[in-house]
Amino acid sequence: MAEYSAWQVLKNAWRGNTGWKPAWRKPDPKPDYDVVIIGGGGHGLSTAYYLAKNHGIANVAVCEKGWLGSGNIGRNTTIVRSNYLLQGNTPFYEHSMKLWENLSHELNFNVMFSQRGIINLCHTPAQMDDTARRGNAMRLMGVDARMLTPEELGRRMPGLDLSPNARFPILGGLEQPRAGTARHDAVAWGYARAADRRGVDLLENCEVIGFLRDGDRIAGVRTTRGEIRAKKVAVCVAGSTGAGMKLAGIDRLPIESHVLQAFVSESLKPLLDTVVTFGAGHLYISQSDKGGLVFGGDIDGYNTYAQRGNLPIVEDVMAEAVTLFPAAAKVRLLRSWGGIMDMSMDGSPIIATGPLPGMYLNCGWCYGGFKATPASGWCFAHTIAKDEPHPLNEAYSLDRFHRGYVIDEKGQGATPWKH
Amino acid sequence: MRITCPHCGPRDLVEFSYHGDATLTRPDSASTDQDVWNAYVYDRANPAGEHREFWQHSGGCRKHLVVTRNTLTHAISGVDFAPGKRTGRKRS
Amino acid sequence: MTSWRIPSGGRIDRAKPVRFSFDGKSYTGFAGDTLASALLANGVRLFGRSFKYHRPRGLVAAGYEEPNALVTVTTDGAREPNIRATELEVYDGLVAESQNRYPSLAFDLQAVNQLAGKAFSAGFYYKTFMGPVIGPLKGTRAWMFCESFIRRAAGLGSAGTVTDPARYERMNAFCDVLVVGSGPSGLEAARKAAADGKRVILCETNAAFGGSANWAGSDQAGFAETLISDLGANPGVTLLNRTTVWGCYDGNTYAALERVSDHRKQPVIGEPRHRHWVIRADHVVLATGALERLLVFPGNDRPGVMLASAAQRFAGEYGVLPGKRIVVLTNNDSAYDAAAKLRERDALITTIVDVRPTVGDWALAQAKEAGAEVLASHAVVATGGRNSLSSVTVQPFDAEINAFPGPPRRVACDTLLVSGGWSPVVHLASQAGAKPVWDDKLQAFLPPGSSSGWEAVGAAAGEGLEPPAPLFEIKAKGDKAFVDFQHDVTADDVRLAHREGYQSVEHLKRYTTLGMATDQGKTANIPGMAIMADALSKPIPEVGTTRFRPPFTGVSLGALAAERYGDIRPGRLTPMHDWHKSNGAGMYAAGLWYRPESYNRQGESVEDAYIREAKAVRRNVGIVDVSTLGKIDIQGPDAAEFLDRVYTNTFSTLPVGKARYGLMLREDGFALDDGTTWRLAENRFLMTTTTANAGRVMQHLEYHLDCIWPDLKVHLTSVTDQWAAAAVAGPKSREVLAACVKRTKLDNKALPFMGIVHGRIAQIPVMICRLSFSGERAYEVYCGAHHGQRVWDALMEAGKSFDMQPYGLEALGTLRIEKGHVTGAEIDGRTTAQDLHLDWLISKKKPFVGSAMMNREGLTDPKRWSLVGVISLSGEKLRGGSHIVDGPADDPGRSLGHLTAMCFSPLYGKYIGLALVENGTGRIGTRAFATDPARSGTHIPVEFVNHIFYDPKGERMHG
Repeated sequence: MAEYSAWQVLKNAWRGNTGWKPAWRKPDPKPDYDVVIIGGGGHGLSTAYYLAKNHGIANVAVCEKGWLGSGNIGRNTTIVRSNYLLQGNTPFYEHSMKLWENLSHELNFNVMFSQRGIINLCHTPAQMDDTARRGNAMRLMGVDARMLTPEELGRRMPGLDLSPNARFPILGGLEQPRAGTARHDAVAWGYARAADRRGVDLLENCEVIGFLRDGDRIAGVRTTRGEIRAKKVAVCVAGSTGAGMKLAGIDRLPIESHVLQAFVSESLKPLLDTVVTFGAGHLYISQSDKGGLVFGGDIDGYNTYAQRGNLPIVEDVMAEAVTLFPAAAKVRLLRSWGGIMDMSMDGSPIIATGPLPGMYLNCGWCYGGFKATPASGWCFAHTIAKDEPHPLNEAYSLDRFHRGYVIDEKGQGATPWKH
Repeated sequence: MRITCPHCGPRDLVEFSYHGDATLTRPDSASTDQDVWNAYVYDRANPAGEHREFWQHSGGCRKHLVVTRNTLTHAISGVDFAPGKRTGRKRS
Repeated sequence: MTSWRIPSGGRIDRAKPVRFSFDGKSYTGFAGDTLASALLANGVRLFGRSFKYHRPRGLVAAGYEEPNALVTVTTDGAREPNIRATELEVYDGLVAESQNRYPSLAFDLQAVNQLAGKAFSAGFYYKTFMGPVIGPLKGTRAWMFCESFIRRAAGLGSAGTVTDPARYERMNAFCDVLVVGSGPSGLEAARKAAADGKRVILCETNAAFGGSANWAGSDQAGFAETLISDLGANPGVTLLNRTTVWGCYDGNTYAALERVSDHRKQPVIGEPRHRHWVIRADHVVLATGALERLLVFPGNDRPGVMLASAAQRFAGEYGVLPGKRIVVLTNNDSAYDAAAKLRERDALITTIVDVRPTVGDWALAQAKEAGAEVLASHAVVATGGRNSLSSVTVQPFDAEINAFPGPPRRVACDTLLVSGGWSPVVHLASQAGAKPVWDDKLQAFLPPGSSSGWEAVGAAAGEGLEPPAPLFEIKAKGDKAFVDFQHDVTADDVRLAHREGYQSVEHLKRYTTLGMATDQGKTANIPGMAIMADALSKPIPEVGTTRFRPPFTGVSLGALAAERYGDIRPGRLTPMHDWHKSNGAGMYAAGLWYRPESYNRQGESVEDAYIREAKAVRRNVGIVDVSTLGKIDIQGPDAAEFLDRVYTNTFSTLPVGKARYGLMLREDGFALDDGTTWRLAENRFLMTTTTANAGRVMQHLEYHLDCIWPDLKVHLTSVTDQWAAAAVAGPKSREVLAACVKRTKLDNKALPFMGIVHGRIAQIPVMICRLSFSGERAYEVYCGAHHGQRVWDALMEAGKSFDMQPYGLEALGTLRIEKGHVTGAEIDGRTTAQDLHLDWLISKKKPFVGSAMMNREGLTDPKRWSLVGVISLSGEKLRGGSHIVDGPADDPGRSLGHLTAMCFSPLYGKYIGLALVENGTGRIGTRAFATDPARSGTHIPVEFVNHIFYDPKGERMHG
């Protein structure tokens, strides 16, 4: 398959664009593989890619019940950042950031990673200290971070309400300049194409409906396209983890499913060239290359598998958006959607071997899964190939909850709807 | 979403706060069985379908309710006071 | 007035001319016109430029489905972009401009993009702009360089940065039946429901009720008018025009946007701009009608190509003809009706091009009435003209095999009306969770049978729609054939997506951006899917349909924010708030509360002031407003037992008239909150919580009472707002109180540390508890909130002779840091009792919430961070948020912990702080650095000391 390049685009345009080949094959399932990955979302596809690339394990199938990238990789606000506080999180997300920085080249697919920065606004002196503390934690772990003054914020975001009389006046903000946004679907497609090129079979419309066992050991999957045996089975279905694991007889997990709504406005000429978060509530907002303001807030906060939310969150998010940018009150909301999040008990993910022999589990991404896509695949591939976690995901074990080694960025405890 | 509070009547979602799985039973306070406590605090069935869950009518009578709600459709099939408070005062 | 306006008819008010401007040029229309109809009447054909290729575009539709004619309206400098000209009602003084063009609409430099047309095919972004692998442009630099240009070229209108001066409103409504759409079917449904005595709300998206009755023909108009006036007279019926029902949420909750005053230059006083309706309906009737589809053929986007139904509406409702010489292209009979109706309004229709081989008698009769030649088995294969249509090329056409068995010929015309069949508006049903079903006869998705919550009627249910030939595209060679006009998605783009494997409907949408523009593909989705289905050789329903999600059409963010726009959250003020402000205090936001920061005297900085205030407390006496503390009244025979279960320490042994400091854990064993609880009577306690956690603790207690221990007879009441509270602290605090408190003794015996007495100040009953956050002898004085200011004044008056000074949050913090007391900065949800040296509060005699989980491995790990004091050794100011490291600034090493609080300690004359540090207790006496690379850049040597800096034995507060 030809490399994608400007030259290829021009050459094919000259020929009426009839020369393009499918981005990935649509193969039939083989009877057995070294590894079967359940879930053709961002993490499943990146896991497949890194299994093939880093570990030479290319005899891999990815089973996707619908279309590739139909999970949360295609339903998020596209933010990439590594501005975490806790030592269990920051190095992992920073590794992800480094992979992002070269991802378009690595995959030969422009994922449009735009390092326009993320700014967390602060509204009280106490919040300034808390935020500086996070910035300092980042700096000490080799991550870029700096505090910005209101004047600097005003220059970065001309429409921002910096009035000292605002209900929550803006006192400053923490910027991670290397953070930014990427084109979410392109990440799924890029990994899919790159994994396919290394020999991974991407099986669309192939829903897993059960597990095959050899005694205690998981030995493969039953799918709507037949039985597939595998030496190792990796579960990577954030949003459906509960249902997936029930098929293997695991009835309870430290996870609840919740809906996170996201919103896009009508397309506007450039207004905001960074990602900004409101500190006196919960709002994150950026502007896509197409011009739409992309924003989100809290999860709705009740268990659900329905990809739909309710009005209170819609109203909260819009109220916070116009609080930050009063000129946006006239802007119109164009689209909204809901994605199902695996909300874990401490707000941090799980990448681990087990819980059954022959099985590997990747889940619990809460609403941080998109930015983790590269490192999650990288670490999960390592965990699958070596049967032990990579140092970067050692803390993301499944037994950390019971042992008390929680990684609780928000300090909320075992209340998933508050993380 | 609307929840019909047995005390206050049908009210909008904004008046309620969520308190999670209502099927869990707190272990005996004196129990020192760590596994039982771990399961109670951390492990969830998280069903796709009918779910019994606590909601507090925090913007109303402040009673905790047990709501039976389908997590696939959000359809609510039952609302009751949290256990033991079924005989709570009626509206006068 | 030009001759595009029909001399009579339509629903415009010809007695009321309206002057407005578009792109700086003045025009005249009539009241009742939209910007689209008024400009069309003035002969304007060019309304906008397309997103990617900047092709000239004109009106396609007459309503909310219009993809092309988007304008920006400017009011007092505030800009509202992307308004559909077909929905914008003209008023005197309206200023509108076109978008996405430079320098002008007629001459747009970016139209140069058309030259690179084929290279800008779907997905081209993904294949290029990656830049070099090495060198200065490696990584993301090359892309970001290109991106800056792409972003400027993209986007539609500009929102500007001027604050929107408008006001928005939210309205709750309840009804038995909500009818969406006021066309004939909707009116009939509303009439029936009203006749049954139901409470009805009828929403109409347009200014005029009546829907298609307003333009379909004079026979229906009278009928609709009668119905509307009957409904209007019925008190059980609410009629809402200019109101779009845009969202369906759980529990039959429907969201609607009423554009209250957009049709006026200035809103009437008291009128909001938009009103956000939240309607709870028992039953919903979807009378949302159907939308006509375009056909896909080369050059189908040239200004002058319009939906046949749109032309009928422009003529019928607004009295405007779309052109002077009209050709019609159709695959169904409805266009014949439109042609006949247009002919009635004196339009010249030369030709009807029908892709079907045979045309029925009824249609032929209509054609005859219209005076038009019928070309069956023909198609339009090209359009001519620059910024507007001047001709079409027609050719014999065999739709079955997509062949052209005859020579093309040009037909001069200025307008081509197209009808490609009809799609019922099923969006709200889909939002409600219904999966639309494909109807082969109508070549459209219909809502499935009605559910308990809603039903579809009329055209929305497919009733009365003309079945079209199953043809969506005329595959002729030539110019681009557009599917999605606004996003410039062509039929070739859809085929390219197919070729590259993006074949599911979601991949198609995401790869080509089909249906993702502001019209949300209302006219484009079905043709797009049909072309994909054709490429896949599958029936259309197997390609799937995307699930519709809110909103149906765009909703202003301001409307959704409603009253919260400009006033996002309430502020909580203590009874003494105004006093603090008028006495020089800067106010500090703490959650929703405002608290005084420090009372700065002339020339004082905040630091000067808090040092002075803290010194006053240590040496003399000070007073601070602590009304914000959470307060919970706990009553009942089991109150003491309940407290024993939720606190780590024991309260059942607390005597009446005494208070005790307590700690609560979460069930997982981590600390939740601390505070004092007072036993006011055998079965009555007053619990205080930290300001930040008041709500959370209340809920924690209620949860355990309701759900875990329903057998306990305890009642909880939040009384945070009912009590005002002031703490009087310092060696002379007792003297101050003695000077104003009546009816109680205050000596050490009557009021020992942690004792409670009742008395009066300024004749107001007060409750005084002797407890200390500062470490000095101190008293908290509680009184009814309404008396707060009076008691405060009396205390200030009594304190005058002792030079008592009010102190703020900064001094409060300083005093507590010196004393090593913890607050929310330390109880951050990740710390344990042991971490905070509060394990002395943990009873070993009883279980309590958290006792079973608090000794797990991870909570007792010796490497955990624990609370320790730090002193700046260099005299430099410690910075909040600093981390503790071992190494020098250029090689700090890993973080060992962080500062939780800092201040200048008047006692030490140094900057001190509290910190959570790995093995903190074990480090006492050693040195490290407090580093702040992200903010101040300071790197300050510090020494670790015990977290209690001051009076560790507590002699001062007990004395």
